[in-house]
Amino acid sequence: MIKILYFASLREKLGSSGESLELPAGVTDIGGLLAWLAQRGGEWASLAAVKNLKSAVNQEMARATTPVQDGDEVAFFPPVTGG
Amino acid sequence: MSVSVQEADFDVGAEIAALSAGDARVGAVASFVGLVRDVNDGAGIAEMTLEHYPGMTEKALQAIVAEAQSRWDIYAVRVIHRVGRLLPCERIVFVAVSSAHRGEAFAACEFIMDYLKTRAPFWKREVTPDGARWVDARETDDDAAARWEK
Repeated sequence: MIKILYFASLREKLGSSGESLELPAGVTDIGGLLAWLAQRGGEWASLAAVKNLKSAVNQEMARATTPVQDGDEVAFFPPVTGG
Repeated sequence: MSVSVQEADFDVGAEIAALSAGDARVGAVASFVGLVRDVNDGAGIAEMTLEHYPGMTEKALQAIVAEAQSRWDIYAVRVIHRVGRLLPCERIVFVAVSSAHRGEAFAACEFIMDYLKTRAPFWKREVTPDGARWVDARETDDDAAARWEK
């Protein structure tokens, strides 16, 4: 299983703060996971088009090529605006 | 604990005093306080809510502090970032750095703020007369952080 979290405007857009799922077959990195989530359709299809979408794996900033493995905590969110 | 993410306000004077208390090596303490303004991008702001990623936020801030400590000869660092609902004039963020001399303290303090702005997972949602909106990230913040790239 992997845990996926969504934050801020993305959480609102998707209507979900997160989900747990079996790592889909063939998905090995953030880019692959994003493509898999987007192919579910509906609001999820828009994930692929979100401008400057950011991600994290196990609470470290990630990029499209960052590996994703069973047991990981993944997060997707818009660019940060703290401070 | 040098990093705190909290809903509560903080006492700036007490925090600054604590940074040098009993440490005679300290010749300089530089600090920064970020506040909620009542206007942003041409709209009045009635209030804002700060969301964050619990767990990652603290780790990210600690990593930024560690990076500052590796770059400059500084002694103590204190970072406080508030979350939840905040009103104009309220404090959002506090960064303070102690060092022997002002140059290191000023530089490290500015570096920590620039990195916090682009690397710590906080998101602002503000309430304007036209409704609530998520604050867009600014390119100028990316530029400010990029100045420190080695």
